[in-house]
Amino acid sequence: MTAAAQRVRQPGETVVRVGPVSGRVRWRAVGVAAGAAVAAVLLAAVSMGRGDFPIGLADVLRTLAGLGDETQELVVWQLRAPRVVVGALVGVALGVAGALFQTFARNPLASPDVLGISQGASAGAVAAIVLGGPAGSGLVAGAGVPLAALVGALTTGLLLLLLAWRRGLDGYRLVLVGIALWAVASALVDWMLTRAAVQDAASAYVWITGSLNARTWSEAVPLLVALAVLLPAALACGRALGAVQFGDDTARGLGVRLVPIQASVVLVAVGLTAAAVAAAGPIAYVALVVPQVAVRLAGGPRPPLVASGLLGAVLVVGADLLTRTVLPQALPVGVLTAAVGAPYLLWLLVRGRRRSTL
Amino acid sequence: MTLDAVTSTRPRDGTVRLAAESVSLAYDDRVVVRDLDLQLADGSFTAIVGPNGCGKSTLLRALGRLLRPVSGQVLLDGRAIARTPTREVARVLGLLPQTPVAPEGLTVGDLVARGRHPHQSWLRQWSRDDEAAVAEALVWTDMADLADRPVDELSGGQRQRAWISMALAQGTDLLLLDEPTTYLDLSHQIDVLELVARLHAERGRTVVVVLHDLNLAARYAQRLVAMDGGALVASGSPHEVLTEQLLAEVFDLEARVVPDPVVGSPMVVPVRRIR
Repeated sequence: MTAAAQRVRQPGETVVRVGPVSGRVRWRAVGVAAGAAVAAVLLAAVSMGRGDFPIGLADVLRTLAGLGDETQELVVWQLRAPRVVVGALVGVALGVAGALFQTFARNPLASPDVLGISQGASAGAVAAIVLGGPAGSGLVAGAGVPLAALVGALTTGLLLLLLAWRRGLDGYRLVLVGIALWAVASALVDWMLTRAAVQDAASAYVWITGSLNARTWSEAVPLLVALAVLLPAALACGRALGAVQFGDDTARGLGVRLVPIQASVVLVAVGLTAAAVAAAGPIAYVALVVPQVAVRLAGGPRPPLVASGLLGAVLVVGADLLTRTVLPQALPVGVLTAAVGAPYLLWLLVRGRRRSTL
Repeated sequence: MTLDAVTSTRPRDGTVRLAAESVSLAYDDRVVVRDLDLQLADGSFTAIVGPNGCGKSTLLRALGRLLRPVSGQVLLDGRAIARTPTREVARVLGLLPQTPVAPEGLTVGDLVARGRHPHQSWLRQWSRDDEAAVAEALVWTDMADLADRPVDELSGGQRQRAWISMALAQGTDLLLLDEPTTYLDLSHQIDVLELVARLHAERGRTVVVVLHDLNLAARYAQRLVAMDGGALVASGSPHEVLTEQLLAEVFDLEARVVPDPVVGSPMVVPVRRIR
């Protein structure tokens, strides 16, 4: 019996049993998550040191620990930290949302970008910018644009759920309905842009590319609150996702209450996307690419939720750092994530069948 | 090491475990099964046979709680299955859909481990019972050496063994299988049915299997249930059910029924289709 049990245990795996709690720790997945966490923190620290007033990495870390001087305190905490924190949280939200959608739909193409949710957020934001009165006044000046984006994303998500629902949710149907919604929202955005005043169109354009410019704590705090609610919910769905992946009949045969699980997974994923997009615009391809990278690094049959979130933070913070330092002029971060994401998508399609290792 | 998780310890006293009571089944408005009664005794091995579209897979889905009857009810151990929590059902009744799909990259060991899902919780994800049941199921189905292989790289016969191994690890008294031999060549069909027969004989499983092949059904099952046009037309031992008259009426087939030269079960030798 022990010999057989030995064969069940896979190399690089430790079984943990403490009282009623038990589980399997897969060190490769833990390593990927830990590595991503370290990389995200380092990139964030480097990012907070870069700019018109450069601060060394050691000083940044000292300032974050509350030991910096007054100028460093102001630059790091008030000017740069919000931007980096928003970037990291947006990355986490998009990475986890993508992992949830892709696992649930059993389709690596199912991401908020493809399903029209980001596009719906854009339609909301552009509507607020274009129809909200002269630039820099009224709705546009305050919380109007993020709020409109949030409403746009949630409306699209709800439509997606209602239109795709037919005695349960089917992954393929979800993707097809999502693509149709994407087309409708895109047409709306284009129509509004052609009718907009030039300066409105310019600011709308920056927004729909996805940008971290001029982010303050007032964007970071609501995002943090949203994640504090939605991430535990996502992790709670995690166990059932493993069974949901099999297909409806098998999942229900394994005792999964399919309809509540499907509904909660989609709602949590839409919520994460909406929160991220409201804070920084629809930063492209993060939710599509990151979970697929994570599953290749960590191995296993589905994108790991925690590692996807942390790698999302690495991608967004890293891309933001690059756009601000290496590239000749400051581009919105969405340009770079799209430039990395689109070729990766092509590679994914050309390669067709994935292997479980990198 | 206790093997209770895998081995059924219930006595076989012929009590009814699973029953359909005047069940009617429909997809939207299309009625597929009408007013059907069926009782499945503890420790029995039943094969449901019938022509394409007779409703046999639909009936199996209803017995496994995958499809809610439009009228009538399914009883599991005397209790309405529709009002029993899914998880509780999944600890007593396991089912294998016709062509189950495993996610890419899933290993055989992981697949079989998923069979423990109804026994696990958020905190209790890998108990000693889970580990023992999975190891036992892998050894018992001869899949232990393939535990690290991705399911999508297996041959059809091995893949079906892996799924049966998962159903075994689930540790349910009842096992419903929907055409487990589909797409397999004859020797692998025999291999899979031998495995199911051993689950019945050595592990005390109550087995219900939908089968296309009448000769294999007659050889392995103790009881045949023949369906036609959404109704149950015959039920009994293979000798009672597989008659030349039934083959003509239900399958539109003129055929001779002779004893199987190997085990003596009735064997259908087709002559021609009756038009």
